[in-house]
Amino acid sequence: MTAPAINSIAQTEQGTSLWRDAWLRLRRNRLAVLGLTVLLLFIVIAAATPWIAPYDYAQQDLELGATPPSAAHWLGTDIFGRDLLTQIMFGGRISLAVGFIATAVALLIGVTWGAIAGYMGGRVDTVMMRLVDIIYALPFMIFIVLLMVVFGRNMLLLFLAIGAVEWLTMARIMRSQVQSLRQQEFVEAAISLGLPTATIIRRHLIPNALGPIIVYTTLTIPSVMLLEAFLSFLGLGVQPPETSWGLLISYGAESMEEYPWLLLFPGLALTLTLFSLNFLGDGLRDALDVRGAKD
Amino acid sequence: MLEVHNLTVSFVTRMGTNKAVDNVSFTVDSGKITAIIGESGSGKSVACCSLLGLIPQPPGRIDSGRALFQGQDLLQLSEAQLRKIRGRDIAMVFQDPMTCLNPYMTVGDQLMEPLLYHKKVSRADARQRALELLEEVGIRDCASIIDHYPHQFSGGMRQRVMIAMALINEPKLLIADEPTTALDVTIQAQILELLADLQKQREIGIVFISHDLAVIADIADQIVVMQEGKVVETGSCQDIFHNAQHPYTQKLLGAIPRGGKQTTLPPSAPLLQIRNLCTWFQQGNAPVKAVDDVSFDIYRGEVLGLVGESGSGKSTIGRSILRLIKTTSGKVTFDGIDVTELRPSDLKSLRRRMQFIFQDPFASLNPRMTVYETLAEPLLLHDIESRGTVAASVLRLMDDVGLARAFARKYPHEFSGGQRQRIAIGRALATRPEFVVADEPVSALDVTIQAQILELMRELGREYGLTMLFISHDLAVVRQLADRIVVLQSGKVVEQASAWDLFEHPQQAYTRQLLESIPGRSLLRNTLGRS
Repeated sequence: MTAPAINSIAQTEQGTSLWRDAWLRLRRNRLAVLGLTVLLLFIVIAAATPWIAPYDYAQQDLELGATPPSAAHWLGTDIFGRDLLTQIMFGGRISLAVGFIATAVALLIGVTWGAIAGYMGGRVDTVMMRLVDIIYALPFMIFIVLLMVVFGRNMLLLFLAIGAVEWLTMARIMRSQVQSLRQQEFVEAAISLGLPTATIIRRHLIPNALGPIIVYTTLTIPSVMLLEAFLSFLGLGVQPPETSWGLLISYGAESMEEYPWLLLFPGLALTLTLFSLNFLGDGLRDALDVRGAKD
Repeated sequence: MLEVHNLTVSFVTRMGTNKAVDNVSFTVDSGKITAIIGESGSGKSVACCSLLGLIPQPPGRIDSGRALFQGQDLLQLSEAQLRKIRGRDIAMVFQDPMTCLNPYMTVGDQLMEPLLYHKKVSRADARQRALELLEEVGIRDCASIIDHYPHQFSGGMRQRVMIAMALINEPKLLIADEPTTALDVTIQAQILELLADLQKQREIGIVFISHDLAVIADIADQIVVMQEGKVVETGSCQDIFHNAQHPYTQKLLGAIPRGGKQTTLPPSAPLLQIRNLCTWFQQGNAPVKAVDDVSFDIYRGEVLGLVGESGSGKSTIGRSILRLIKTTSGKVTFDGIDVTELRPSDLKSLRRRMQFIFQDPFASLNPRMTVYETLAEPLLLHDIESRGTVAASVLRLMDDVGLARAFARKYPHEFSGGQRQRIAIGRALATRPEFVVADEPVSALDVTIQAQILELMRELGREYGLTMLFISHDLAVVRQLADRIVVLQSGKVVEQASAWDLFEHPQQAYTRQLLESIPGRSLLRNTLGRS
């Protein structure tokens, strides 16, 4: 033997995990990388908005009124003379937060719920999934309107209400994933090693079921953001003095004939985000596809 | 009849160009069976499929070569011209009869389809022809069966239907791609016999693609051995089996399981007693009796072979013993402990002492865990090692199963099938169990790898002092390891005896049938006699 003897794990070669493999494949997909870049840019801007916004959020100039884009106001101003760019930046904070936090809530509940139902099977599964079916059957809009009427308009409630609906699909996807994984021999091997159920779910099932979940997540965020925009548009979501892209679009739509930029720019911001997420989602789906993995 | 010259086929992928078939030449004579032998990835199927334009292009690409068939170069023909030849002059039979038949069409309609397409005969005539053929391929009661759907047929019957379908236009050449690999041994023997008969009666040429030399030993006239896209040796059946020149051919021959243990059982107490074990699955109203009143003992230190065809309940018995599935009734006693009565909380300590080795090393390893993580898991779980000391144990375990230590942080997909099975064996042995159930541990592997893994299991069995239940459909493989053998059929024990007795003096008709179905028996007996 010419090679030096290996006596610790640190001396061994680093393997390529499936995650790393997927990342390498994602990097080759230009649209997905573009989507990811735009998204990260928006997130950074949203986080830094209080410091980098060109004007104060509450600053009005009633005499100025609505002006088209100019050197002083890159994206123009609204009828109260407020800087539109500043409005969009602050609105983006809310829209992105709703999108990401509500999705995170849905993810957490959905994955746990689906994994347990799928793994346990039998009666536990039946009860858990029938509950999902029942919540599914509730008319969503009425549910939201009731919540808003009873508890008042509240951001936290908005997160909860949207999260409470989106986790259902997540749970169904997770359950079907786990059900097929449970038949796999490596899960049986884990059982025969004597691993406790919680460890089997955490170490062996969830990491392997995560691919489709991640893809679905990137597609859920835009649908949640749209939902927020829709609710705000109807006057059920975010309320002034807070603002969001949905609310800005709603105002812009009212005056779209006189001041088209008030609709155009918030609409553009939302569309760009949605496109980015969709491209990223598509890219992730291709990258995480097991059939594409070298097997 | 078919002459292939210098065929080269490559696949262009992102990783680069890969020559799947490299300068391959062979000839097929009419009225002869030509076998193409090679392990997975040797290019044997690609070579044949590319002749008929059946490889997807791209990524496939035929770089050069000629394939002369009846004066035409198949590689130069247009898709339309090829379509006329496929199914009419040259027909194919594929490996998996389960997926090659359309589940929404009756067998009769599928049989008649090529006839109606190629020959323009009337439906009544086509039906008559279909009936005759079904009879010829040995399907009884054709008239009532012709209007059945494929799911109503067993695997062997479906393969017969596939062969009938291939023959319906009276082709001059039949290409059979691993036609028996998905079948049970006794069915395999019947299909092989059928092919040999058809070839004699119809005087057609047959190309038989297989990974297993033993399978074609009795029927092939000529053998072409392929390795990594190249033909390494061509010769008559006699030449190849008795006078192989190329080292790879010799290696393949060496890998054919033969011989067995000539052991006298050391008198010992049974480690495991199985009494009246029943495992039934509820399906509709009637239970499926997968395991039906089975009793046998496994003695300390022995390897017990459990043999049966698919559906005989052999895997179910293995899983029942380890409590991986629920038993219906009966008793399994392991070292005085009644396994079936054990509460889940007490199972853990038992799991340390009994382990399972699975069939498919591609499915039995968690794809997201490194070798190190996979092997460390049981050691940490059962507190055999602490986090600080586990690494050294894992590396030693890797030595034991013949894996290079340098691979510790690699993931399963970076290994070959044989290496993966070594990882799986390592995981099973990590806790130093006394008893291991090995469920077809080599049947998903190439023959040369099979021989290596069996050797490894034999060594480790001795080193670790294992008692083993070795489950397999392949008697020749079982014989290499087992001290005693239990033969199962439809969930019941047919016969149990020492390995030597079972092979030399089988008592039951079914056992004799199984023994006669072992491919290449006559030939192996010859070569064994010589050595």
